[in-house]
Amino acid sequence: MSGHSTYVPKSGFERWLDARLPIVRLAHDAGVSYPVPRNLNYFWTFGGILMLMLVSQIVTGIILAMHYTPHSTMAFKSVEHIMRDVNYGWLLRYLHSNGASMFFVAVYIHMFRGLYYGSYKAPREVLWILGVVILLLMMATAFMGYVLPWGQMSFWGATVITNLFSALPIVGETIVTFLWGGFSVDNPTLNRFFSLHYLLPFMIFGVVILHVWALHHVGQNNPTGVEVKNVAKDTVPFTPYATVKDLFAMVCFIGLFSYFVFYLPNFLGHADNYIPANPAVTPAHIVPEWYFLPFYAILRAIPDKLGGVIAMGGAIVVLAFLPWIDSSKVRSMSYRPIARQLFWAFVVVCIALGWLGAMPAEGGYVIASQIFTALYFGYFVALFVVGLFERPKALPTSIADSIFASIQGGSGARMAVATAAEPNAKG
Amino acid sequence: MSKISVRSAAFGLLLAALPLTAQAAGERVEPPALSWSFSGPFGTFDRAQLQRGYKVFKEVCANCHAASLLRFRNLSQPGGPEFSAGQITALAATFQVQDGPNDAGEMFERPGRPADPFPSPFPNEQAARAANGGAYPLDLSVITKARTYERGFPRFVFDMFTQYQEQGPDYVAALLTGYKDPPPEGVTLLPGQYYNTYMPGHLIAMPNVLNDGQVEYPKGPDGQPQVPETAKQYAKDVTSFLMWAAEPHLEARKRIGLQVMLFLLLFGGLLYYTKKKVWSRMPDGTPAH
Amino acid sequence: MANATDTKPTEPNRRDFLMLATGAVGVVGLGAVVVPLVSQLAPDAQTVAAGAPIDLDLAPVAEGQAIKLFWRGKLIFVRHRTQKEIDEARAVNVASLPDPQPDQARVKAGHEQFLVVYGNCTHLGCVPLGNSPGDPKGDYDGWFCPCHGSHYDSSGRIRKGPAPTNLPVPPYTFSADTKIRIG
Repeated sequence: MSGHSTYVPKSGFERWLDARLPIVRLAHDAGVSYPVPRNLNYFWTFGGILMLMLVSQIVTGIILAMHYTPHSTMAFKSVEHIMRDVNYGWLLRYLHSNGASMFFVAVYIHMFRGLYYGSYKAPREVLWILGVVILLLMMATAFMGYVLPWGQMSFWGATVITNLFSALPIVGETIVTFLWGGFSVDNPTLNRFFSLHYLLPFMIFGVVILHVWALHHVGQNNPTGVEVKNVAKDTVPFTPYATVKDLFAMVCFIGLFSYFVFYLPNFLGHADNYIPANPAVTPAHIVPEWYFLPFYAILRAIPDKLGGVIAMGGAIVVLAFLPWIDSSKVRSMSYRPIARQLFWAFVVVCIALGWLGAMPAEGGYVIASQIFTALYFGYFVALFVVGLFERPKALPTSIADSIFASIQGGSGARMAVATAAEPNAKG
Repeated sequence: MSKISVRSAAFGLLLAALPLTAQAAGERVEPPALSWSFSGPFGTFDRAQLQRGYKVFKEVCANCHAASLLRFRNLSQPGGPEFSAGQITALAATFQVQDGPNDAGEMFERPGRPADPFPSPFPNEQAARAANGGAYPLDLSVITKARTYERGFPRFVFDMFTQYQEQGPDYVAALLTGYKDPPPEGVTLLPGQYYNTYMPGHLIAMPNVLNDGQVEYPKGPDGQPQVPETAKQYAKDVTSFLMWAAEPHLEARKRIGLQVMLFLLLFGGLLYYTKKKVWSRMPDGTPAH
Repeated sequence: MANATDTKPTEPNRRDFLMLATGAVGVVGLGAVVVPLVSQLAPDAQTVAAGAPIDLDLAPVAEGQAIKLFWRGKLIFVRHRTQKEIDEARAVNVASLPDPQPDQARVKAGHEQFLVVYGNCTHLGCVPLGNSPGDPKGDYDGWFCPCHGSHYDSSGRIRKGPAPTNLPVPPYTFSADTKIRIG
């Protein structure tokens, strides 16, 4: 995919610059002439949406940091100061807090896209693993960000999550003390979380650059999973084709984002975080933010402290091994009748785990969490087994062929159907 | 393939059959959903109601509760009770505020100014507890956003579309009028405990404070108060006031939200047609399909 | 294919107009996004509201002494001038000053001994010396800014050095003979 550059410097200055720092060439090759499979559906716009969300979070975050005070006696008040006194402070804060949720909405869709279409398979293993690294960094960032308002959920979330490390044998207690900078979650903890919450997004940005680099090196997967064979027939240039489509999808996503920011700004948060942190009282029902709920359910499903932590960590780490777990040679599950069923079952399992994570850890909920945790990991085992015997449907010979096939159930009659098939041809 | 479908269906059933006693800890009675002027995408505060609510807050609640995140000037800012600036300056001056130290190193009292926070009835939590039999009257600045009750599945999904998010105000208003004296059969109260239907666990340290006719409301041209001077009305008015106190920019938020939505509709529509146009032809000029 | 050639002349126009409209609306949207990002830099509501007037008792300030205080976070000098200093300030030919202003315009009539000025050099904001007894007062019995060598006279007017204007006088009134209200 990283073929010859088609960039031709137009002016004398561009030629001069191109010989010294080919930055315009880089932008042209990556953002204009880069060939994109022409059959991508709207699930492929979430990469761009995620880039938008990352930038939005960094911009609003830098601004919030200008007004926020990371001190245990002032953090809650300074957040309210932002909400009340800073010009448009309420908007910036709601954008940032709901932005975290929207970031995870987009990243989960992006991940399930990758799971369904087998985007993790060779030669995209490194691309996929970098994605898992980004997910881990995002989780760390989101968790530490949630601590900053220093409300009840902030405080007790920080206490519970940092205490996870105490499950580690021998070094556990020491690690927890070092995370806290004291003998409990307190001002030093808040300070270092603030520092790291500011740092990590830039690390995410760095890994995102690697992620995009890897993507542009191997080229995008597509709904058929068939590699590009003829650039002229199978692809379109990134600009304007992908650019305008991504932009349209971004605006739709911003619509969803804005709906929450302006009309339901506290819907995705928890009311207890409007109570200032109180080390003497734990909320009756403590839950993490929604995007951590499936993992929280897995944590609580295991009756052993260390076992729970390992299961929760394993639930994320196992994703990194998917390229080698999935034994099928066929990428797209559109052509894998059994794996496709498995995939949808996995989606249901993840949603069920999310729901269980929000329920109290008692009685039937614990048993259900255990069953669904087993099913979560079962998916990966099943994917390995199914790939050994599954008989995939016939793959199209090329991306271009798959488009004509979807129009007329056959190939060839290109001109004749061109106008008639307009509505189906999303590309 | 069918085996797998059967299996997921079986687990779905299992899930549905689980005992769904989400609130096993602390029995709760769900507060009734009231109609609020500030609910929904076009909701705004009712100025007269906020002004009445402030009167109830000042004459009743503020005897024990602080609202330290509020400042007098907030009462005159747009989107709130919108008292005039003159009224606020005069109101602030009726409070004595501690300031200092002066040149002699002493703290002194001076009349309040619009930029001062609402004075707290007690200097600190310990003093508040000591004066209230060990119970701490909470700061009410963001109380309507800090209280909720579990909506549960599937209601929370519907709430996304109906924009129902007034669990906090509903709870606060219900609590204020939810006292039962004497308590129901079989409930014994310790000294300093009261029975409230809507308090989780029903035992509350705050006594019933709102009684009919207790707060005098401004009279209309006919010499009669515009709304009934009842505990129920007081509760609703003061809760509206507290909702504004917790979310003072609610009106601006909804107004800007509408502008943003209309803009996105226009921009999204234009982009949709631009996208269609671009994708109608391949780079070499041939039709896209 | 005949159709394609038929529509060709109008096609680019319609496409161009659509692109142009989309681009223009997009630019408007971006502009709107910038508004909150920039306006948050302005002073917040509390900072603006906090600048209430302050009262000051001048009785403890002895002749020849000066004090410093803050109003709205800005430094203010209050100086109890000696008769000599007042005379010096009034003897100068106003027209010859870099920033011509008579001393009478810089103090309140009947309270000529009290000079109230903002305490930051009008050059680049340093605090001039001249309030404490041992400080250098510059060549004109006023203040001397150590940063870049501006000399202010006993009326707070710039006389020598890089500062462009006199030390400004904050808004204040005498509420009693020795009491002022700043703001």
